[in-house]
Amino acid sequence: MTTSRNGLFKNIDWALVLCYLVLIVIGWINIYASIHSSEPSSIFDPSGRSGKQFIWMGISIVAAVLIIFAFNPRIYESLSLAVYISVIILLIAVIFLGTEAKGSRSWFEFGQVRFQPAEISKISTSLMLATIMGQFGFKMSKTRNFLTVAGIILLPMLIIIAQNETGSALVYVGFAFVLYREGLSGWLLFIIGMAIVLFIMTLMVSPYAAIMFLAVVTSFCNAVCTGQMKDWWKKYFPTLLVLSFIPSALRKIISTTETPGTFLLNFNPLYLLLAVIGIAIPVVVYHAYRKRHIFTYLVVAALASGILLVYSADFLFNNVLQDHQRKRIEVLLGMKEDPSGVGYNVNQSMIAIGSGGLLGKGYLNGTQTTYGFVPEQSTDFIFCTIGEEWGFVGATTVILIYVFLIGRIIHNAERSKESFTRIYGYCVASCIFMHLFINIGMTIGLMPVIGIPLPFISYGGSSLLAFTVLLFIFIVLDSNEKRYFV
Amino acid sequence: MKLDRTNKMLTGLGIVAAILIVKLFIIQVVDDKYKIDASNNSMVYTTIYPTRGIIHDRNGKILVGNKMAYDLLVTPREVEEFDTLTFCKVLGVTKEFVDEKMQEYRKNRRKIGFQSVVMLKQLPPETYMKFAEIAYMFPGFRGQARSIREYPFNAGGNLLGYVSEVNQSYINRHPEEYKAGDYAGMTGIEAAREQDLKGEKGYAVYLRNSHNKIMTRYNDGEMDKEAVPGNHITTTIDAELQHYGQMLMQNKVGSLVAIEPSTGEILTLVSSPGIDVEVLADFGNHYNDVLANPYKPMFNRAVQAPYPPGSVFKLVNGLIGLQEGVFTPESKYPCSMGYRFGGNKLGCHAHPSPLNFEQSIMMSCNAYYCYVFRAILENGKYSSIAEAMDKWNEYVKSFGFGRKLGSDFPSELGGTIPDSKYYNKVYGKGGWKATTVISLSIGQGEIGCTPLHLANLCATIANRGFYYIPHIVKDSENITIDGKYKEKQYTMVDTLYFPEVISGMYKAVNSGYGSGGTASVAAVKGLEICGKTGTAQNPRGDDNSVFICFAPKDNPKIAVAAYIENGSFGARWAAPIASLLVEQYLNGEISASRKPLEERVLEGNLMDKVKP
Repeated sequence: MTTSRNGLFKNIDWALVLCYLVLIVIGWINIYASIHSSEPSSIFDPSGRSGKQFIWMGISIVAAVLIIFAFNPRIYESLSLAVYISVIILLIAVIFLGTEAKGSRSWFEFGQVRFQPAEISKISTSLMLATIMGQFGFKMSKTRNFLTVAGIILLPMLIIIAQNETGSALVYVGFAFVLYREGLSGWLLFIIGMAIVLFIMTLMVSPYAAIMFLAVVTSFCNAVCTGQMKDWWKKYFPTLLVLSFIPSALRKIISTTETPGTFLLNFNPLYLLLAVIGIAIPVVVYHAYRKRHIFTYLVVAALASGILLVYSADFLFNNVLQDHQRKRIEVLLGMKEDPSGVGYNVNQSMIAIGSGGLLGKGYLNGTQTTYGFVPEQSTDFIFCTIGEEWGFVGATTVILIYVFLIGRIIHNAERSKESFTRIYGYCVASCIFMHLFINIGMTIGLMPVIGIPLPFISYGGSSLLAFTVLLFIFIVLDSNEKRYFV
Repeated sequence: MKLDRTNKMLTGLGIVAAILIVKLFIIQVVDDKYKIDASNNSMVYTTIYPTRGIIHDRNGKILVGNKMAYDLLVTPREVEEFDTLTFCKVLGVTKEFVDEKMQEYRKNRRKIGFQSVVMLKQLPPETYMKFAEIAYMFPGFRGQARSIREYPFNAGGNLLGYVSEVNQSYINRHPEEYKAGDYAGMTGIEAAREQDLKGEKGYAVYLRNSHNKIMTRYNDGEMDKEAVPGNHITTTIDAELQHYGQMLMQNKVGSLVAIEPSTGEILTLVSSPGIDVEVLADFGNHYNDVLANPYKPMFNRAVQAPYPPGSVFKLVNGLIGLQEGVFTPESKYPCSMGYRFGGNKLGCHAHPSPLNFEQSIMMSCNAYYCYVFRAILENGKYSSIAEAMDKWNEYVKSFGFGRKLGSDFPSELGGTIPDSKYYNKVYGKGGWKATTVISLSIGQGEIGCTPLHLANLCATIANRGFYYIPHIVKDSENITIDGKYKEKQYTMVDTLYFPEVISGMYKAVNSGYGSGGTASVAAVKGLEICGKTGTAQNPRGDDNSVFICFAPKDNPKIAVAAYIENGSFGARWAAPIASLLVEQYLNGEISASRKPLEERVLEGNLMDKVKP
C-alpha cells in the first residue's frame, strides 16, 4: 500500500500544485491589501478577511491532501451520478430555504459559514459529463447522446438562473468547449458566437448594421463552401457595399435638403435592405436547386433565423432581461454614461487598475483600492488591488500563471489514456477559463459586471474550497493514471 | 483531427489572454486618463465659497450685506471618544442631537467613507470661536467659514428674496453650474440677479497619503483657485422709503408700489404681509412656518396678485373714449344715483349732476363712464361690438395691462384683460352686448391687474402718455441693464388727451372737503398731488381700497399705487398711505398737520377683516 502511495506522490504534477499554491498566496496577501486600511489588523487576525481566508486556505490544503492520499481515485466515476443528483436537489432547495442576498437566493447559511451550492455544482456537473461522455460507444453525433449531454449541462444552469445568479450560470457556457473537443460540430460554436455578436450589434449600433453583418457573413460562408468566391466578389460584395452606405447617405440628404418632410426621404432603410434580401433569396435558392448545393439551403435558413434574432433582440432586451441586467449591459456597451450609477463599479475599478501604471504603486500603497472607492474589493474586484499595487507587470504575471495552469491542464488531459480523465480535465480548464475571462474582463471594462469570483484569489471560503476540490480531483486522476500507464 | 481541435482551443486561450493583456496595457501604460481620474480620488478638493455681491439701494446704502458664519464639519472616521458634555455646552446643542447624529453616521459609514459631512450649519462666529479654542479635544471636527446674508434695513423679504442651499431639482435645472452644498438666490432681487451676485467658487487642493490623512497642500497651493466674489449691484429701491412703506403697510394685506416716472425705476415695492428679514437670514429653518402662514407671505402681491382695479380704471376708459372721439372733455352726462339700462341699474353715490369729464374724475361718477364705455363699444366705426371690444382690448394693453410689463423682477404675472373671444366663450357668439359687460367701465368684472400695473398707469399719466418699463436694478460699475428699460413706451392714446385727466386728478385731491373731490384726504400743502381713488368690490368681504397718485403735478418725481385689501373706500386707507409715502419722499418728513393721519395708518389693523 505504501509503495503505491509513494508512486502516486511521485507522479503528481507538481507544476500544477505549485501554480495553485502561488495563486492562493497571491490572493491572500492582496485580500489583506484591500482591507488593511479599513479593518487594520494583522494579516493573520481571524476577525479580518485575510485571517479568515488564511483559515480557509488551511482547510483547502487539508482537503487537497485528503483527495490525493485518502480517497481512491476510482470513486469519482462511480459516485458521479449520486453526487450530481444530490447537488441538483441542493440547488433547488436553496431557492426555498436559502438566505437572500443582493436579490438572489443562492446561499445556505450555517452560523458564520456561508456556502453556495452553485459552487459545487461545477464539480458535480464536470464529473457527470466525464462519466457519460467517457462511456464506451458515446458519440457526439448521436442525437440521443447529444441531448443527454445538453440536458446534464442545462439542468443546473437553468436552476441557477432561477436563483437569479445569471453570472454563475454563464460559466456553464464554457462546457461548450468540452463538447467541441469531443466532436461537437464547430458550426454550433460559430452559430452561438454569431448570435452573441448580432445581439450586441442590434443594441449598440442598429438592427440595420446587424442584418448587414449577417448578410455579409452568410453570403461569404455560402460562397466559400460552394466555391463561388469569384461570383461573390463580382455581385454580392458591391451590392452589400452600396447598401451599407444607404443609412448615412440618407441622413446626409435629410440634413441638407430643404424639404426634410418628404415621404421618400423618411422611409426606413431597413425595409429596403429586407426587400433586397427578399428578392435575392428566391434567386439564390433556385440557383442552389439547379446546382444541388444543399449547404445553401442551410445558409438561407441561418439568414432567416438571424433576422428573426435581430428582431427579437430588442424585445428580449426590453422585456425579458431584468432591470439591473439591462442596466449593466447598457453601461458595458457604453449606451448610457452613468459614472455614479451601475457604471460606477467599472469606472472606479478601471481607474484603480489604470493608476497602477507599469510597475504599480507598491504593496499596501494603493490609494484607490484601500479607501473603498472600489466596491466588492476583496471578492469580485480583487484584481483591482493587484492591478493598482503591482502594476501592469504584476497583473500580466497573474494572467500568465492562469494561462499556464489552464494550458497545463489541457496538456495533461490530452496526454491521458482514459477518456474520463481527459473529459474531466477539459471541464476543469473550461470552468477556470470562464471565471478568469469574465472576472478580469469585468474589472477592465471588457465584460459586464457579472459577480463571479476570480478562482483561487478572490476572498470567499466556499469558492476557494470548491475550486481546490475541482482542481485536485484532476491532479489525482492524472497522477493515478501515470502510475499505471507510464 | 483531435489534435487539431486542441491546438485551436489553445490558440483561442492565447488570443483571449492577449486581449486581456493588451487592454491592461492600454489602461495602465498608454492611456493617461485613468491616472488623472485617480488623482481626483486621492487629492482632496476643499471648496472655497465666494462671498455674494452686495445689494445697494439707489443712494448707496447697503440693503443686503454679508457676514461670517461657520459650518461645523465632521469626518466620522476620524472621530474618537470625546467629551459630549463640553461639546454640547459650547455649541449649544443637546446630547440627544449629538447621539442621534453619531448614530446616523455609524449607520451610513459605508456611504460616508472618509468624507466630511456637515453637522451644524451657520454657527455665529462667537460660538464657533469658543469651539475653536478647544477643538483639539475633538479630533474629526472642523469648521468651514462661509459668508451669509445680513440685512441692515428691514426692506421686505419678498423684494430682496432669500438665499438657500440648492436642492436636487434646482441642480437638475442648472447642471454644471451648481452642486449640492451651493447656495443660490431663490426669489426677489437675489434670484433676479443671481448670475451677478453669486460669484465664482474656488478650491484648495490637498494631498492625502495612503492612510487618508491630509498631508500637505498640493504643489504649495499652486493649483488652488481663489474664489471670485460676486458683483455688487445697485437697485433702484430707496431703502428709507421702502422701510417707511413697510411700516405704513404693517397689519394690512395688500401692496404699495412707487415708481420714478421719469425713469421707470421702482422706488418702493411692498407686499404685505411680507417676510421679515430676520426670517430671511435663516430661511431654511423658517421655511415651513412661512408656508403655513394663512396670509401667504411668500405670495408677492405687488407683482402677482390680479386685482380688479376699480374706479382707477375710469382714467383708462376716459382716455380711450377721447382718442376714439366718442365724447369730448366738454361732454356732460347725467347721473341720478346710477346708470339705468334695461331693468337694471349700476349704482353711484350722491354728487351734482350732470358732470363734465374733469368733474367725473374728481367726483368719480360711475354713470359717466357707463355712457363713455357704451359709446366706445357701440361706435359706428366698427362693424360689431365684438370688433370694438377687441380694439378696446388693444388700447388697454398698450398701457401695459393684461400682460407682463417685462420688468426685471422675477415671478411677475400679467393679469387679465378680456376680449370678444372671452365673452363669446362665456355668453355665446352674439349673446352679449355693451350693457352685459358694462362693469368694465368702472374697472370691475373680468379685469385683473397687479399693483405694479396700477403704479405703471400712474407713471404713464404723470409722463403725459408714455412709460418706462418698471425695473429694480440700475446701471452700476459692473452692470449695465438692458436697453429696453431706457426706451419710452407710448400708449395708443395721443399725449394731448392726458392733461384733461391730470386736471381731474388734481381737483380730486386739491379741491378741499365739501367740493365733492374724492381724495381730499391725500392733499399735502405745496406738493400738488394728483390722484384717483378706487373702491373695488371684493366678493370675500369689505371692498378693497385703491389709490394712485403722483406729485408734483409738473415734472412728477414719484408715482404711487396703493392697494389695500378689505380697506373699504379708496379714501379710507389707500389714499392716506399713498399720500404719506409721497410726502415722506418729497419732503423727507411728515408735516405736523398730517401726523394724526400717519398715526392712524401706522396703528390701523385690518387683519381681522381679511379672510385668508
